[in-house]
Amino acid sequence: MTTLTKQTDRKMGLVIDLDTCVGCHACVISCKGWNTENYGAPLSDQDPYGADPAGTFLNRVHSYEVTPNEGHAQLVHFPKSCLHCEDAPCVTVCPTGASYKRVEDGIVLVNESDCIGCGLCAWSCPYGARELDLAEGVMKKCTLCVDRIYNENLPEEDRVPACVRTCPAGARHFGDLGDPDSAVSQLVAERGGMDLMPEMGTKPVNKYLPPRPKDRIEDQIDILAPLLAPVAEEPAGFLGWLDKALDKLPGGNS
Amino acid sequence: MHPAPSVIIFTTLSGLGFGLLAFLGLGMPSVTGWVAFVFYAIAYALAVGGLLASTFHLGHPERAWKAFSQWRSSWLSREGCAAVASLVVMGIYAAGAVFLQADWRLLGLLGAALSIGTVFTTAMIYTQLKTIPRWHSPLTPLVFLSFSVAGGALLAGQESLAPWLLAVAGAVQLIYWSKTDKALVKSGTDIGTATGLADRGTVRAFEPPHTGSNYLLREFVYVVGRKHALKLRVIGFALAFALPIALMVIPFSGLMLKHLMAGVAVLLHIAGVACLRWLFFAQAEHVVGLYYGKR
Repeated sequence: MTTLTKQTDRKMGLVIDLDTCVGCHACVISCKGWNTENYGAPLSDQDPYGADPAGTFLNRVHSYEVTPNEGHAQLVHFPKSCLHCEDAPCVTVCPTGASYKRVEDGIVLVNESDCIGCGLCAWSCPYGARELDLAEGVMKKCTLCVDRIYNENLPEEDRVPACVRTCPAGARHFGDLGDPDSAVSQLVAERGGMDLMPEMGTKPVNKYLPPRPKDRIEDQIDILAPLLAPVAEEPAGFLGWLDKALDKLPGGNS
Repeated sequence: MHPAPSVIIFTTLSGLGFGLLAFLGLGMPSVTGWVAFVFYAIAYALAVGGLLASTFHLGHPERAWKAFSQWRSSWLSREGCAAVASLVVMGIYAAGAVFLQADWRLLGLLGAALSIGTVFTTAMIYTQLKTIPRWHSPLTPLVFLSFSVAGGALLAGQESLAPWLLAVAGAVQLIYWSKTDKALVKSGTDIGTATGLADRGTVRAFEPPHTGSNYLLREFVYVVGRKHALKLRVIGFALAFALPIALMVIPFSGLMLKHLMAGVAVLLHIAGVACLRWLFFAQAEHVVGLYYGKR
């Protein structure tokens, strides 16, 4: 059924730390690997070794340059996958009931045997979280690794989404964002976690932690700096004579 | 948005077909026998042909029947249900008119209402999308409905009514352009809200996630037609509205010439609506493009 329930028991989701992400794309690769070998249709590639390679990904890392009014520009790496919205427009537009949001944990999933591949759910998603797989003709999206997180055949430390497990920087966190006492909820409260495009009214479950303010060079206390300061401001001795002599030659002194 | 030929053919032809069905259901013209057969054949060819074209862009057309199930939440599902309902009701009404010389008035009125309702559900599929600010406007259903009714009147041979309805549709199109050209800017969504980094400075897309293209860029970030958009608007407007009105208003002598000119007006109108529908898709900006620094 593609109507949304008012409330889900839990709100499982990701917290992504834009301060820590180094833009290595390891989460993209581990996501593609796990979701090609496991749940649902594999994530296909078209012309993977040719001139115009393209493929289906459930997680992609953008990079943005942020230039403040004062100070230096900053580079922010920005992983983006399904935000498992509370008010998910992709679910209600689905004509067949293939797209649904689970009552028990809030994960948004696609029943691939009901999907007709009309693409309307991808049209309704402001985040570009859904991609139609060209080989299978069905809509693919992040499952929050639903086949890992409850999988008792895996060691306990592996029962998190593949992207979280693989992140070498610890920039991705997984947990219940509906529980104010959970580690992820506390992280969001502490760091001022934010929604993407809140004006769209989708109420995303996934939160993004903004980059911390960068240290400024002039604020730094450098104990070696006084010792390394130049002794003479004007060149003296041989270099001083050379400087003056070259200035006197025709051709202008610039 | 990517202007997929299947969707342009579908909305253009089905809009006309259901518009014609609505006039036939209203008894304008009130036809029976062979004349009715020809009218209904044209209407069904357009409406059903368009619907079939729309299934071509599906990943799994063989499962299309499942789309009738979610009418409680999905406009696409409602469209499927409304289309089948109006085709069935008008089919019974048409059978009465063609074979029994009958005019079952109530059934005709119901069929006309369902036909217009189908066009409205089609329009709502686009109108509901907040992600495409240009479409997320009450003017979108007005565009679809006014085009359908004007085209239906033209096809139904409503000589006195059609020029006025065409003029109304043309006016709606002009208002749509003037109101929605700035829709994305007015929506308040930009790369700053998309990334949540707006309060930290000016945000610029530095590096895309991949060197190649992808489904999102192909489907949502279509920029090819922008250069000629204004020219195409003029051409589409002239073909869809101005020229058909001129052909209807100019008094031609002789029944044969009059019918011929009406036929020419219909063909020009179809070409014009297809051109305007292409622009409707090609000019629509999806907010996901912001993540890629497009628009």
